[in-house]
Amino acid sequence: MTTQHITVSVNGEAHEADVEPRLLLVHFLRDDLGLTGTHVGCDTSNCGACTIHVDGVSAKSCTMLAVQADGRELKTIEGMASEPTLHPLQQAFWDQHGLQCGFCTPGMIMQAAWLLAENPDPDEAEIREGISGNLCRCTGYVNIVKAIQQAAGELSAAESAPVVAAGTVDGQEVSAEPAAAG
Amino acid sequence: MTTETERKLRTSPEIGGMGHSVKRKEDPRFIRGKGQYIEDVNLPGQLWLDIVRSPYAHATIKSIDATEALKIPGVAAVVTGKDLEGYKLHWMPTLAGDMQMVLPVDTVMYQSQEVAAVIATSRYAAADGVAAVLVDYEPLPVIVDPHKALESDAFVLRPDRAPDKQNNHIWHWESGDRAAADAALAAADVTVEQDIYIPRIHVASIETCGCVADWDPVRQQLTLHMTSQAPHAIRTVLALVAGGAGLPIYEQNIRVVTHDIGGGFGGKVPVYPGYVLAVAASFLTGKPVKWIEDRSENLQADSFARDYHIHAELGATKEGKITGLKVKTIADHGYSDAAADPSKFPAGLFNVITGSYDFPDAFVEVDGVYTNKPPGGVAYRCSFRVTEAVHAIERMVDILAHDIGKDPAQLRMENFIQPEQFPYKTPTGWSYDSGNYPAALQKAMDTIDYAGLRREQAEKRARGELMGIGICSFTEIVGAGPSHDFDIIGLKMNDGVFIRVHPTGKVHAQISSQTQGQGHETTYAQIIAEELGFPVQDIKIEYGDTDKAPYGLGTYGSRSTPTSGAAASMASRKILAKSRTLAAHLLEASEEDLEWEPGKFSVKGSPDRFKTIQEIAFAAYTNFPQGMEMGLEAVDYYDPPNLTFPFGSYICVVDIDKGTGRVHIRRFVAIDDCGNIINPMIVDGQIHGGLNMGLAPALYEEITYDELGNNMAGTFMDYLIPTAVESPAWEVGKTTTPSPHHPIGAKGVGESATVGAPPAIANAVVDALWHLGVRNIDIPITPQKVWAILHEKGIS
Repeated sequence: MTTQHITVSVNGEAHEADVEPRLLLVHFLRDDLGLTGTHVGCDTSNCGACTIHVDGVSAKSCTMLAVQADGRELKTIEGMASEPTLHPLQQAFWDQHGLQCGFCTPGMIMQAAWLLAENPDPDEAEIREGISGNLCRCTGYVNIVKAIQQAAGELSAAESAPVVAAGTVDGQEVSAEPAAAG
Repeated sequence: MTTETERKLRTSPEIGGMGHSVKRKEDPRFIRGKGQYIEDVNLPGQLWLDIVRSPYAHATIKSIDATEALKIPGVAAVVTGKDLEGYKLHWMPTLAGDMQMVLPVDTVMYQSQEVAAVIATSRYAAADGVAAVLVDYEPLPVIVDPHKALESDAFVLRPDRAPDKQNNHIWHWESGDRAAADAALAAADVTVEQDIYIPRIHVASIETCGCVADWDPVRQQLTLHMTSQAPHAIRTVLALVAGGAGLPIYEQNIRVVTHDIGGGFGGKVPVYPGYVLAVAASFLTGKPVKWIEDRSENLQADSFARDYHIHAELGATKEGKITGLKVKTIADHGYSDAAADPSKFPAGLFNVITGSYDFPDAFVEVDGVYTNKPPGGVAYRCSFRVTEAVHAIERMVDILAHDIGKDPAQLRMENFIQPEQFPYKTPTGWSYDSGNYPAALQKAMDTIDYAGLRREQAEKRARGELMGIGICSFTEIVGAGPSHDFDIIGLKMNDGVFIRVHPTGKVHAQISSQTQGQGHETTYAQIIAEELGFPVQDIKIEYGDTDKAPYGLGTYGSRSTPTSGAAASMASRKILAKSRTLAAHLLEASEEDLEWEPGKFSVKGSPDRFKTIQEIAFAAYTNFPQGMEMGLEAVDYYDPPNLTFPFGSYICVVDIDKGTGRVHIRRFVAIDDCGNIINPMIVDGQIHGGLNMGLAPALYEEITYDELGNNMAGTFMDYLIPTAVESPAWEVGKTTTPSPHHPIGAKGVGESATVGAPPAIANAVVDALWHLGVRNIDIPITPQKVWAILHEKGIS
């Protein structure tokens, strides 16, 4: 089987691999790098569960080949914040009950992050248009819109400093203090 | 609302019992991309399974040639129906008691049916193998229309059935009193009659189905990681199928694990051939075998929902008092009845079709029919066939109102079962436990300013603009169910919860119902917090591992809260009873002298003498009375005395574009009554999602077939799931009428909105067009359908 050598940066970490030219980027991320937060929900680029950022731009990783990512910088849901911090969008999806089964959530958050980078203060119609390439079957989108509105407010107030997760996880109190620099 | 009885909070926010909008405990892993869905499960040495599917809806298989496929690097084996026949595994039972092929030996029955399985070392090699398998088909005639399947000269789709069943009729089911309904209709001043088709649709959860089957030949242990809404029942089915095939796979050595599930909606209840093939392949190879279906496979081959051809007749007095209902329905089940209905109810709970209305006589009959389509008849986020029933009665009531010139809200108010009539016995035999239908409709009308909208509509109509207002006042029937009537393949539809309190006052509970996004890790903790006063954050909820959780029939038909939610309450109360004895021991008081408030027992009259539930938990392991068993734990299997009957009233306002026929939903108000609420935030989320899955078939989704039986909506390019742009900003509200028989007065909520939304939307569209002579439009109400009507009427 012919392979091709690629070098990609994923969530700030460099990776090199020899891949089949036909390997889908989403399979490279999931199967080769073990980044299973990026999901596959369709085979026609409609659902957006596989949305990531390629050089800062939202892209559906089921519709790119791994070889097309050669030399690019990728960001997946795992790269949005490192524990215990949460990106304001992650916090907002939790606060606003913007997810149920959670399967579309990583793609939805990645798309929303790009949307807010392009348009930091979108109105409701712009948010709905902005996430119309991402399907959610559980939430009816109402709380996803609210979550993006919450994050937009926080991001414009505090640039993009990640916050520590507020709330409790399995009995452990975690505060909402701004994360330490870096 | 004077009738609304908001439930008082019994616990503090720190405890977080019922009524608190506790943020979901499961979310931190999902928002970080750390959920574990089936495709995230990878085992050492695993093989991949992919499936060769039929391009024909009906054909003879003349030969299957795997020679080229087996030459592909990585392809380990190709399995055909003939191979399975040797193990008697080529057919399997469905949950509805019919038989379904795992792989065909000689005949395929629908387009995209499984024909052969390729097992390989990678997903790409398996796909290469599928492309290289050569199958020689001889096409056969196809029956797509169930009415044609019933004609006397139709060919027999299922010659495998008994000699007296050599036709395409599966079953006949009826309910109510035919003679009484006939008499009522004959005596009625007014009758309305309508054909209504509820189209074939697909749940299309964003995660498709899949599994990793792991047979360990040394330990003789099968672990099946899979997407299932009913893991315990699946374990038993696997044991029975293995036993029937003479395989040494016994139930104590079968473990089904579900992990996180990316949406279910009924589509992950059945056993699909892919699961069985993966198990068989793992058994044959001794290695883990992974099968993940593509979206196109999911839409084309997995169980569909609905496909009911309904003919309804409604009788009434000239003032509009309903007197009788008669309904005849053809149910298209594809080539096998693979519904997941309770055994006694092949048409589900369709006879809830008398709805929210008080009238004496009804008769409903349904005939199940085979066609060359995928098997099924599962729910689509609705309790067994309730959506079909509600759509029919709510359309009929609206047609009646328009026919006699009465406002549809007024006509409903005059026909509602009144609050004082509960428990109410329906003419088809159900006993509605509770309800207050006028209150819900009135609240919806007040919220949306119904009178103002009617005035606006009159003005717009005078100007030639098309605006419609649609109402749906539904009654659901959920929580199957009481053991005297409800089973699936003989298994009683009860559910269990096991709760264990640890010495340090922390709680671990195992529940038999599954979560596919409903938030059970949070809501079940809230039920236990409500009952015992442990903080919700100290309670861990687990499910979906049949080696750990108690038995139960799983999550579908909004049955979790009515069944295992109740079991969580009852098990908690067993723990509370023992806690009282322990507290009496610790406080040196008699049990009768103790008072309970969530979290502590105190001595009556001496509030400073108390023991917290945490102190009591510690004592259960360190300081318990002589003769008492150590520990603090309980299990309960709940057999509900009745079903629960959530209800609501929805009002939808639409504007129709005369140029394009596009229906725009301007406002949609949903007032739901699901009894006492465990978590208001989660209930609202369930209703939002349910409304979207009501919108979807009302305006967008339908799986159609051409005359050759080709699926015309087999990908997301053709099967239109609403995006955020098509979805309205839903407005939701509540009334609260507790269930009188459920331990915490809850009723179930996950599917109400899916049931209630489609008729509200359809009624709004017809309301906008009634003056043009339009009586009914079958869903989905696409721009093409509306434009064709407007064009015919000379409007567009």
